[in-house]
Amino acid sequence: MTGTALSRWLGGPGCILLIALAVAAVYVPAANQLFPPDSPLHIETVTVVLLGKYLCFAILALSIDLVWGYCGILSLGHGAFFALGGYAMGMHLMREIGSRGVYGNPVLPDFMVFLNWSELPWYWHGFDQFWFALLMVVLVPGALAFAFGALAFRSRVTGVYLSIITQAMTFALMLAFFRNEMGFGGNNGLTDFKDVLGFDLQADGTRIGLFLLSVLTLAAAFILCRMIVLSRLGKVLIAVRDAESRARFIGYRVERYKLFVFTISAMMAGLAGALYVPQVGIINPSEFTPANSIEAVIWVAVGGRGTLVGAVIGGIGVNMGKSYFTGALPELWLFALGGLFILVTLFMPRGILGLVSDWRPRRRNATPSGSSDTPAEPAAASEERA
Amino acid sequence: MRRILLAVLVVASALFSAPLAAQQDEIRALMAELAGAKFKKTAEVVANLAATGDPAVVPVLTALGAGDLFFRKSDNAIFVAVKDGRRYQLSDPLTGAAAGDAGRREVKKIRVNNSLRRAIRAAIGTLTLLSPDRATRRAAAEAILKSRDPDAIPALDTAIAAEQDERTRGLMERARAAAVLNSTAGGPEKLEAVSVIAARADQDARSILLAALEGAEPALADAITTAVAEVERSLALWSMAQNVWYGLSLGSVLLLAAIGLAITFGVMGVINMAHGEMVMIGAYVTFVVQEIIRTQAPALFDVSLLIALPLAFGVAGAVGIAIERGVIRFLYGRPLETLLATWGLSLILQQAVRTIFGPTNQEVGAPSWMSGAFELGGLTLTYGRVWIIVFALVVFAALVIVLRRTNFGLQTRAVTQNRRMAGSMGIRTNWTDALTFGLGSGIAGVAGVALSQIDNVSPNLGQSYIIDSFMVVVFGGVGNLWGTLVGALSLGVLNKFLEPYAGAMLGKILVLVFIILFIQKRPRGLFALKGRAVDQ
Repeated sequence: MTGTALSRWLGGPGCILLIALAVAAVYVPAANQLFPPDSPLHIETVTVVLLGKYLCFAILALSIDLVWGYCGILSLGHGAFFALGGYAMGMHLMREIGSRGVYGNPVLPDFMVFLNWSELPWYWHGFDQFWFALLMVVLVPGALAFAFGALAFRSRVTGVYLSIITQAMTFALMLAFFRNEMGFGGNNGLTDFKDVLGFDLQADGTRIGLFLLSVLTLAAAFILCRMIVLSRLGKVLIAVRDAESRARFIGYRVERYKLFVFTISAMMAGLAGALYVPQVGIINPSEFTPANSIEAVIWVAVGGRGTLVGAVIGGIGVNMGKSYFTGALPELWLFALGGLFILVTLFMPRGILGLVSDWRPRRRNATPSGSSDTPAEPAAASEERA
Repeated sequence: MRRILLAVLVVASALFSAPLAAQQDEIRALMAELAGAKFKKTAEVVANLAATGDPAVVPVLTALGAGDLFFRKSDNAIFVAVKDGRRYQLSDPLTGAAAGDAGRREVKKIRVNNSLRRAIRAAIGTLTLLSPDRATRRAAAEAILKSRDPDAIPALDTAIAAEQDERTRGLMERARAAAVLNSTAGGPEKLEAVSVIAARADQDARSILLAALEGAEPALADAITTAVAEVERSLALWSMAQNVWYGLSLGSVLLLAAIGLAITFGVMGVINMAHGEMVMIGAYVTFVVQEIIRTQAPALFDVSLLIALPLAFGVAGAVGIAIERGVIRFLYGRPLETLLATWGLSLILQQAVRTIFGPTNQEVGAPSWMSGAFELGGLTLTYGRVWIIVFALVVFAALVIVLRRTNFGLQTRAVTQNRRMAGSMGIRTNWTDALTFGLGSGIAGVAGVALSQIDNVSPNLGQSYIIDSFMVVVFGGVGNLWGTLVGALSLGVLNKFLEPYAGAMLGKILVLVFIILFIQKRPRGLFALKGRAVDQ
């Protein structure tokens, strides 16, 4: 009985997602380790890292879906939270290099020695401890989102205005991180990491470990989002999304709900960034470019806004497409991405999951669902009932 | 550069030195003493040459100072020698006529040291002060102003008495005052010199006065200190004016970039993320026009921008109308989706331009009337910047007139204020939408023509303006053209005033943070529209 209750709680797509993640968690490491390299079933380590990267993007997409799909806040600055989480992790990895850097300085990272700095800036202290870095991974994006959201939501900056100032925020951060004086490696960012918690980052074992960690984090993030969305608070969020003024007049403190979900979402994005950095081995200011944040929004739109599972599908799917295109037809990638933006907004307002759910009832009942043609808002409610 | 200067001097002096054949012999005799001379002897010769007062010796002295004067070991004849491979090309120092060549070992350089070079410069200065050419006289006076050589005072006195041109005389008087301050002249004369120098308050005056402060007697030191303070106050004022100018210049660029957006976003409420690409298209139209003119009709180059303006308006406007009809009209009332779709469009447009023209920067030239600069008091203004400010204001004025005074503008405003009512009155709202969007895009294209003059014409041109443009429109107040004007200019000035204290990057960051905070305080911008319409 509890099984059906659980599956009902997760929803049909949610069940499939978690099962798929569980299968991936078992299959990918096994295929990498057990099958010989010439076997068709073998998965190369490079691919494992790539998949891990996609999972990080999926977590980022999930965090965007939480604010955009369920609360109507279109943030064009989530890439900034992602990058801040990445930088926090990168700082720890930098400190862990220790005296193995090019200049062999036991405390200062290479780029600081290069800039003739004599001591560590105050904000670099503590990052030699893993637990501290982990705390910062969620606290720094969370604090920024809290401060930013507190200001913006209290003065009722909504809609496109909010989108534009979140974009300005990530743009300002990008400019700031490009400066050498900031003490984050300037243009080059942080790189040349050696190991994490004593495990060599280049070793297959560590990479598989990071992949598994990404799978687990994605699953946990999905369950957390599901908890938020299905709770009473989640219902209020949907009310805010659909009719903000009405929710306010009924007596809900709209800005508090928004602030809560925005902050949680930013922390989630930070976590995604922290997982991303050890896998790709570099973090630099280009992660802050506004284009990155907007691209992340389109993942959500492609998969299906307000569905959570759709965000994961979009995050993984679009990035797979990107890897393929930039490898095979680099000229065409921007055409494809741009076309995707237009097609999805014009013809698939509910994304891939929307198409699937339109198609299924028709098959079962042979009656077209009449309301599905109104594209104004994603009909997330049909997913909730499942 | 030095060689060219030398050649010019040689030619110029040859023109008016020809009749003085008798004197030329004297000069040649003096010059011959240079062969194998020691520094001391060379200094004597330089003084004697200067004493002839003949401008014909200027090229000789210039060559000597530059280390280009050689003598031939075989006959002690003096030549200007220019190294050409392993040999030297010789020419006569007075007439500039070619005189064959010589091997490395056949000629020997007439060596000069720093004190000699100084003497040579002063001698040239004195000689050229009386030149019939005004530019030469001015250059000589400037040289003395720099060297502050007291030996030049008598020459300057003669020159000042003879000078007809008022501005040149002023320059000479300043040069004389600078030389006096550097000399052993008495107190009253120096005091007068201080006031002459301080009268024109620029950076040079400040450094001349500060140099004179060393070892000055108390009364003079007091006068200099007050004068310096005055000069510095005036300098600070001018530098502030210069900052305002730079700010206005940046503001006009922002205005150009944002003004089309003020129509599409401000008036119509369409979040057009492809706006920057319209600017880029305008810039590329300019590039294409210039390319065609370069190959077909080079004479028209100076008017290439004027030809590009209507074309850019047409092309960008047509692309805008196509976008509106093809994509945006399906998305009215869904601003967030519009944002995403137009972002997609911007990616496609960028990549299309990249595919056609390549990813590198394209060369767009400036017509002659846009290059150069002029001085206004203590300000240096470049013509390019002046034209861009003028152009931005003209475009703005034209847009205001179109929206306020024409039938089309009336319809646009009617449709944006109350679509259904406007439709009931017989306005074709669909067409008005398309044309308004086309107008906004066309204006962006026109802006691209101007921005092609100051920015790199590359596929990424638009991207660098999109965030700034939105900031300007939102800051100024959506739906208000005057707000856009004030917003653009004030953000430009603010940016330039922050730059000296914070650096370019940090200044920009601070401005962004300022706008983000400002929007919290006034979510509808500087000049918000009143009423309920804005709540949609």
